[in-house]
Amino acid sequence: MERSRPSPPWFVQSITALTFLILYVPLAVLVIYSFVLIDPSSGQTLFSFECYSQALQDDELRKALNMSLWVGLWSTLGASILGTATAWALDRFSFPGKQWLDALTLVPLVIPEIVMALSLLIWFVLLKFSLGSVSIILAHITFSFSYVVITVRTRLADFDHSLEEAALDLGATPTQTFWRVSFPLIWPGILSGALMAFTLSFDDFLITFFTAGVGSDTLPIKLYSMIKYGISPKINALSTLILLSTIVMVVFAFRPKKIGSRQSESLKALG
Amino acid sequence: MVWAGLFLLAPMIIVFIYSLLVKGVYGGIIFEWTIKNYERAFDWLYLQIFYESLKLATLTTLSCLLIGYPVAYVLATATDGMRNILLVLLIIPFWTNFVVRTYALKLLFSEQGPISRIGISLGFWSEPIMWSNSNGMVWFGMLTNYLPYMVLPLYVSLEKFDFSLLEAGRDLGASAWNNFWRVLIPLTKHGIITGSILVFTPALGEFLIPDMLGGAKVMLMGNLITEQFMKMRDWPFGSALSIVLMSVVVFGLVTILRMWMKEETKLRPEKI
Repeated sequence: MERSRPSPPWFVQSITALTFLILYVPLAVLVIYSFVLIDPSSGQTLFSFECYSQALQDDELRKALNMSLWVGLWSTLGASILGTATAWALDRFSFPGKQWLDALTLVPLVIPEIVMALSLLIWFVLLKFSLGSVSIILAHITFSFSYVVITVRTRLADFDHSLEEAALDLGATPTQTFWRVSFPLIWPGILSGALMAFTLSFDDFLITFFTAGVGSDTLPIKLYSMIKYGISPKINALSTLILLSTIVMVVFAFRPKKIGSRQSESLKALG
Repeated sequence: MVWAGLFLLAPMIIVFIYSLLVKGVYGGIIFEWTIKNYERAFDWLYLQIFYESLKLATLTTLSCLLIGYPVAYVLATATDGMRNILLVLLIIPFWTNFVVRTYALKLLFSEQGPISRIGISLGFWSEPIMWSNSNGMVWFGMLTNYLPYMVLPLYVSLEKFDFSLLEAGRDLGASAWNNFWRVLIPLTKHGIITGSILVFTPALGEFLIPDMLGGAKVMLMGNLITEQFMKMRDWPFGSALSIVLMSVVVFGLVTILRMWMKEETKLRPEKI
């Protein structure tokens, strides 16, 4: 479907160009600074990998990275299962309080993050739940499962229910129907929700800041306290590495989407 | 369902209950009902902080809209290949760690940063200047940080927009301005509202950007609340402040949605 689209006026184009420039200049500076060392005596700038070797040798940073990955993995898993189940329940069944649950799943999207952060902190403290990796994981599941609910529900909304009926008519058991027909169809929704959940978890600062106890710093928290302490070359290198992995992830995320749409296309062709 | 109740609803209720209690020693609480926390929240000092936060969040939302609309327009009218490249370019900073992004801005404007150094070598100023630690910097940080939240919903709206309507408008004698204001804007209203909500809500409670870019000079709601929890250990007062913050957000959302619905009913007869 190709529609005729006017080319935007020159000032619209220049605003756009300027915007991208503004978005990328700080990141470019960061990358450049990560390769530069300023000689304290002469004030001269030298090219070096010193920042990187310092950052990679830092045990605390490695610990924080492991913590981030650990939290990201478990909260993604939790959010995916919980989100899919909730989306399924909301789409298929009617039960008392359904409207409330429906509204409740959207709450994390609209309330300020700080309110959610402190409410979880008070809650954990009140329940005498010790603050650490588990409390962070629980908190992360809470704010990220909404995204899985949304992506899975979108998938369920354009789901052809006659496919399930056909499977049942042809003698498949309900379990078989779920795993062989329904699940593959909503899988892309779960996958994009999970990707979102992981990104959010890995990126999160504020909620972790409130719900992390002593010694369970994730990477963003560690980074923040390092920055508060002062600008050090280590931070530049670490930030550049994080930026690089983000770029890899974005490129990766844009690939499976194509495969996903191809799959659904071939399914449509079969149907 | 149980999860949502246990980790969303219950904590919210607890915050409300906390906001009505008295602060004890060392971050504890005393079970004694009071509305003193709310009285204190409406103290002149805190009202000013509140006003500043509202002003900054509004300014951020408006400037995001002003800059984001052209960007979304270019995205929607670009060829497929170009659009994909631009989308990836937009999403990369969006997905980059928030702390890293804010730090990059801090670095750019720091004493050792390129702007300060280039200024020296060009002779604009003689000694290193720290550009961060000001309201302007916090606004700039918010703008660049929240821009994608505005652009993406706008893009979705513009993507669905039938551009031949603009041609029809032109053929019927509408000026470019009229075409934009009477055709394009009303039909992409959904994106404008979604984007504004997505920017305004987090901007109002923002902590990290004012904390990192504003230094100790800029105090906003988010910082005030965090301070009550982390430093002052006055949890009841912090809870009261966050309840006030929540009420403002809910009030804002309801107002926007009301206005939108009114417009919808106003527009309908015109369409026929």
